[in-house]
Amino acid sequence: MSFAKHNGGWTIAISFLIAFLLAELPLPVWAAIWRPAWVAMVLIYWCLAIPERVGVGIGWLAGLTLDVLGGNLLGQHALGLCILAFIAGRFHQPIRVLPIWQQGIGIFWLITLYQLVILWTNGIQGRPIPNWAYLSSALTSTMLWPWVFVVLRDMRRKYRVT
Amino acid sequence: MIIKPAQPLFVRHPSAKARLIVFVLLSLVLMISDHYGKYLDTARGALLAVVLPLRYAVDLPVRIVSWAGTNLVSHSSLIAENDRLHRQHFLDRTQLGKLADLEAENNRLRKLLGTSEKVREQGLIAGLMAVDMDPFSRRVVLDKGARDGVAPGYSLIDTEGIMGQVVEVGLFSSTALLITDPSHALPVQINRNGFRSIALGTGIQDLLELSHIPNSVEIHIGDTLVTSGLGGRFPAGYPVGTVTSIERNNSQSFAKILVKPNAQLERNREVLLVNPVPRTPVKDTLAEDTPTEDAGETKMAIPEI
Repeated sequence: MSFAKHNGGWTIAISFLIAFLLAELPLPVWAAIWRPAWVAMVLIYWCLAIPERVGVGIGWLAGLTLDVLGGNLLGQHALGLCILAFIAGRFHQPIRVLPIWQQGIGIFWLITLYQLVILWTNGIQGRPIPNWAYLSSALTSTMLWPWVFVVLRDMRRKYRVT
Repeated sequence: MIIKPAQPLFVRHPSAKARLIVFVLLSLVLMISDHYGKYLDTARGALLAVVLPLRYAVDLPVRIVSWAGTNLVSHSSLIAENDRLHRQHFLDRTQLGKLADLEAENNRLRKLLGTSEKVREQGLIAGLMAVDMDPFSRRVVLDKGARDGVAPGYSLIDTEGIMGQVVEVGLFSSTALLITDPSHALPVQINRNGFRSIALGTGIQDLLELSHIPNSVEIHIGDTLVTSGLGGRFPAGYPVGTVTSIERNNSQSFAKILVKPNAQLERNREVLLVNPVPRTPVKDTLAEDTPTEDAGETKMAIPEI
């Protein structure tokens, strides 16, 4: 039991690590605003799949790591992701039974909310607010959700993360 | 697995809410203290050191390609390149000799005028790491940190001009704000007539905007801008960019002037870090700037009448 739990923990950690790498990967300037919110997607998946293990605390830690990596104000992504984790965990039952493409709609709103939190905190700092560009990441995340979902589900089944 | 979580679910819901409140408060406290104070700088430095392996992992493929590019070349092309560099070095040396002479002469003249001598800045070469940051700000990551002597405030320069300044320093890496970042402002002057202004970043790649330039100021497309050295952050006299567009609208009080930076802002791999020169306050600044002030002020005074 404890071995299985430990094993599952590594799978979760590695999935987050890959998400961080993807979040840092250099993209051309025009493509950078379309970068999917990888870390948020991985977090949402685990919150839906095993809400009793991955929740607000892990979301907060992941967000803090993103803040340090991105050189943002400390706590910005942490705030966004812990709210995201809470909502995903709270509604994991109704979202889990939906077909994957309908889940995508929920993902779109969750990631939009996350982007809005970042936008608000940027605005409070006096950083200029970009136009609708901040929504582009929610769009690409929604489009990639089915693949992320399937890959993570297979990972979870193969390594028996419970 | 299906039955087990159903039971603690009801027990954990209130605790999840409580945890959310705790973590939201924690983030708010972090943001406020990070925004208003410098208390968190050491913590950020330590956290940067923790996530550094991630950055190296992302940077690695680019590093390997560039390593292969330098190591897997033929002998003859190396010889040709060496030959070319030798010639270039020779040419540069002759030019530098002239420059040293000019510098000495300049300092002699400054002494005659009773103003302070210009100090040569210290330089440090750093590499840019191929990692991306927040897409709505323009920042780069450097592979040199506090251990190599980098400190916040160092200016970033490439062969063409000013790139930005170091804002965050970790032990082994640091972050620099580019001049195109929307929160960046750079004191500049027009090289031709000494008119001073401030170049604001736009957040758009390769675009700066001059702020608060009256419609009537004499400025042309193609004018080059250099750093003015005011503010004491950037060394004076480094090229910044070229004016690419001027929009004068008589219903507005200020013209809209766009500038294209000279430096290869997001494309180069190596940069020079220049130490900000400590300047003695007011008296020195005034004395040093008086000669150029005349040129700038008269030009500015004419249109304002």
